[in-house]
Amino acid sequence: MKQSGAVGRLATLRLLAQRFAFVSLIVAAVALMILGKADIVLIERTRSLVVDAVAPILDGISRPAATINEFSESVRELANLRAENARLKQENQRLMHWQTVARRLESDNAVLLEQLNVVPGPDPAFITARVIGDLGSAFGHSMLLGAGARDGVRKGQAVLSGEVLVGHIAEVGDRSSRLLLLTDLNAKIPVIVESSRTRAILTGDNKERPRLNYISGNAPVSVGDRVVTSASGAAFPPGLPIGDVISTADGIVRIQPYVRRHELEFVAIVDYGLGGIMPFERPPMPERRRRGGDN
Amino acid sequence: MWVRMDGWVRHMVPSGVTLLLLLLTAIPTHVPGLAGMTPMLPMMGVYYWAIYRPDLLPAWAAFLVGLLHDIIAGTPLGVNALVMLLVQGVSASQRKFFLGKSFLVAWWAFSLLAAGATGMSWLLMSILAGRLIDPAPAFFQYMLTLGLFPVLTRALARTQMAFLKDA
Repeated sequence: MKQSGAVGRLATLRLLAQRFAFVSLIVAAVALMILGKADIVLIERTRSLVVDAVAPILDGISRPAATINEFSESVRELANLRAENARLKQENQRLMHWQTVARRLESDNAVLLEQLNVVPGPDPAFITARVIGDLGSAFGHSMLLGAGARDGVRKGQAVLSGEVLVGHIAEVGDRSSRLLLLTDLNAKIPVIVESSRTRAILTGDNKERPRLNYISGNAPVSVGDRVVTSASGAAFPPGLPIGDVISTADGIVRIQPYVRRHELEFVAIVDYGLGGIMPFERPPMPERRRRGGDN
Repeated sequence: MWVRMDGWVRHMVPSGVTLLLLLLTAIPTHVPGLAGMTPMLPMMGVYYWAIYRPDLLPAWAAFLVGLLHDIIAGTPLGVNALVMLLVQGVSASQRKFFLGKSFLVAWWAFSLLAAGATGMSWLLMSILAGRLIDPAPAFFQYMLTLGLFPVLTRALARTQMAFLKDA
């Protein structure tokens, strides 16, 4: 009898301990949210450390996935070979025309640049990285790349796929980094509408088609206009293609990006020697907040 | 000695499988239209094990899986940790109701739980972002998750039979 009483008490104690652990875990989660909001360096460091640790596993399992994907892709391609061929012939014809135009413009441009003594911008250096993780969340658009600080990736660098802007580097670990796509809620990119040179900010809102905000001037933006990066803010080099205006209904201008997210397998992280969309280093802490820090 | 090791390994299966589900979700799928959306596989894992083997996937394990999810997905830290923790807590506390019930009941209960979880993540994300996030992707993600539930539950049940039949 006595023993069963002790057992009962032990069970109650264990239940209490479990309850306590559960509640403290809830508190921990809430505390993490608040700490994360405060943008603390330690949290960011820990994040990238963990991602670094998981990166090799992700890298390993994303490879066979890519192979399977290539296979299914080639089956699909075989299926509509004829249609594709016809389309390409047509496109080739059109591009041949553009090539002649481009050649002429290039020589014109070279002459003009020489006459104006333009200082050429820095030649871009780039790193090619594999997309190793894409935890397609409904609440954020980002990907993990298999290159990090030791490969020369730095925060804020532009990420391209071919010639097209994909996004920028938001977090850097030692051997992995996070690419924030331009459709993400937190992505804001200074752009211009190519034809009218209208400045605007491209703001992601987790939809496939980001919108144009803060459009300067009164020049109308119309469907089909090309949108490219602008040099303002020294974030990205000017002229990187982003997408076409697809709708202007109700005063909301939306862009159809050229990048096709599901096709991203390798991306180029480009260093133009510019500051990137974020400063590389944090601004130094104000003096007075370093209380008792001297030793 | 070997028997003991064997037992440990078997007991790590639930947490291991749930982690694996998380990593599976992170594979770039290259499916057009699906790129921004992945089913919440780890949530199904947490739900399943919380009902059938809550001793092997305790609250802290669910918390850690959620935290890792936050870290890999790049979402604010703590959101998925909290959601997973609550999913584990709710389903473990109601497990007596589920045991011996039909599959449809489990599916129905999961649909309610996942709806609550999705709604909660949406609310937390919106609060942390400081503005309303478009709920449509979250809704599609939810539907996708519900659709995959039967397949995954079968796989999990097979796993349980294979590794934890008598453990």
